[in-house]
Amino acid sequence: MKQKIYFDYAATTPIDPRVVKAMEPFFNKKFGNASSLHCFGNDTKKVLEKNRKIIADAINAKEDEIIFTSSATESNNIALKGVAFANKGKHILISSVEHDCVLNSAKWLKGRGYDVEFLPVDQYGMVDPKEVEKKIRKDTILVSVMHVNNEVGTIEPIKEIGSICRKNNVYFHTDAAQSFGKLQIDVVSMNIDLLTVSSQKIYGPKGAAALFIRDGVKIEPLLHGGGQEMNMRSSTENIPAIVGFGKATELCLKEMKEENKRLSKLRDRIIKTLLKEVKDCYLNGHPKERVSNNVNVRFSFIEGESILFMLDSFGIAISTASACSSPKLEPSHVLSAMGLKHEEAHGSIRISLGRMTKDKDVDYLLSVLPNVVEKLRLISPHKK
Amino acid sequence: MYSKEVLKHFKKPHNYGKIENPDGLGIVGNMACGDEMFVYLKIKDNVIKNIKFETFGCVAAIATSSVVTDLVKGKTIKEALKITKQNVIDALGVLPPIKIHCSVLAIDALNEAIYNYYLKNEISVPEEIEEKHNQIIKRESCHS
Repeated sequence: MKQKIYFDYAATTPIDPRVVKAMEPFFNKKFGNASSLHCFGNDTKKVLEKNRKIIADAINAKEDEIIFTSSATESNNIALKGVAFANKGKHILISSVEHDCVLNSAKWLKGRGYDVEFLPVDQYGMVDPKEVEKKIRKDTILVSVMHVNNEVGTIEPIKEIGSICRKNNVYFHTDAAQSFGKLQIDVVSMNIDLLTVSSQKIYGPKGAAALFIRDGVKIEPLLHGGGQEMNMRSSTENIPAIVGFGKATELCLKEMKEENKRLSKLRDRIIKTLLKEVKDCYLNGHPKERVSNNVNVRFSFIEGESILFMLDSFGIAISTASACSSPKLEPSHVLSAMGLKHEEAHGSIRISLGRMTKDKDVDYLLSVLPNVVEKLRLISPHKK
Repeated sequence: MYSKEVLKHFKKPHNYGKIENPDGLGIVGNMACGDEMFVYLKIKDNVIKNIKFETFGCVAAIATSSVVTDLVKGKTIKEALKITKQNVIDALGVLPPIKIHCSVLAIDALNEAIYNYYLKNEISVPEEIEEKHNQIIKRESCHS
């Protein structure tokens, strides 16, 4: 059978078997509604609170500052819209490299009279905290800058941004979907008011995520109903997914140091080899301030979707944000914000590593990718 | 998302490469838009004796380039000009709707190569080709 190798862990991760095992009893044995008063409900209520504590401890928050949601997209929607609805002031600052769910929530608010302003980034996709300081106004209600960029892996200076926001009495939200479980997060020392984390990026199930809301932050819920999650997110809690999320978090924290060491070694080997062996190949994103599992490179004269499908025919799964792969046929807003020309953005691919990536997988990738680039360049009119 | 036939042409495209001293060369699209095609022609007695392409672009751009060269190789210029985007799509089974413009681009590249052949050989350009040429060079947005 043809081998199939996954290099798209930044998109989603498989569920760790240890997580699957932890979830199993909660499908049909311990299935109670956490709001029910009988013993079935009581059992799941306890489990719910236990897992809330796991998430809270992971980011140095208090238990009642964590609400469970269904996805990072939902958490980010609550953070932006919830803060906008609950506070006076119309000005919202977000980075220009945010994930679509932050970007489009902000744009939606803009269409309803909010004044949304974008923070520029440098050539590596990094926000300058000084820009935040410069752009904060009296009527600014929220600053949202992601912790790690999902496309290029750049680590944003959120601690510095957090302290600027706190000093100016402005709420600071960070989308930590790509960093949670990979980088240390301390919402207290980092002066974070709202933070989004997700289960499906850390070998947990889809359908579970959380939003940290610091005590005292004024925010409105988006879902109204039975008053679950401290009235912030009505819906019967998805206990199996939350249990999986909790277990996945525990495992990530326990293995974080070792795993980061292992993955950054593999990451650096891929980057070094490609830059050395493939002509006209460049790194996108920061060379040092970079999450351990992200490689994003661009190849001149060829197009990302072609690279993706050619690699797919060798059983290698990567991703691209090239225009041709997007429904709108527009190049990635992240690469564009970094100042890349359209033709440079078109030739970019993301290779993201994870728990199941082995040395031999990287060997295989590095034996195939340079040939794929060569082959596509033979077809291109712009080969040298 | 792509049909078997599209992927077949993409993985092993037919007639790719350059022709030195072509009788006609057509260039359409540009790198900023994400796809650019070069079509090279060798023509004798109004018959396309040889055709090659070079394409920068996505899977569909490469596959449609390959199919167009197959469809017109050995045909007369007149026959070649009758190729429609539907012929290209039919030859590939199916194209995702968002990629239909790639098939248009490949046909445009062929038209431009034939236009270039007429100019080079100082043959008066038939009105139909002239008109299409004017439409192609006027096109401003990337994927209209």
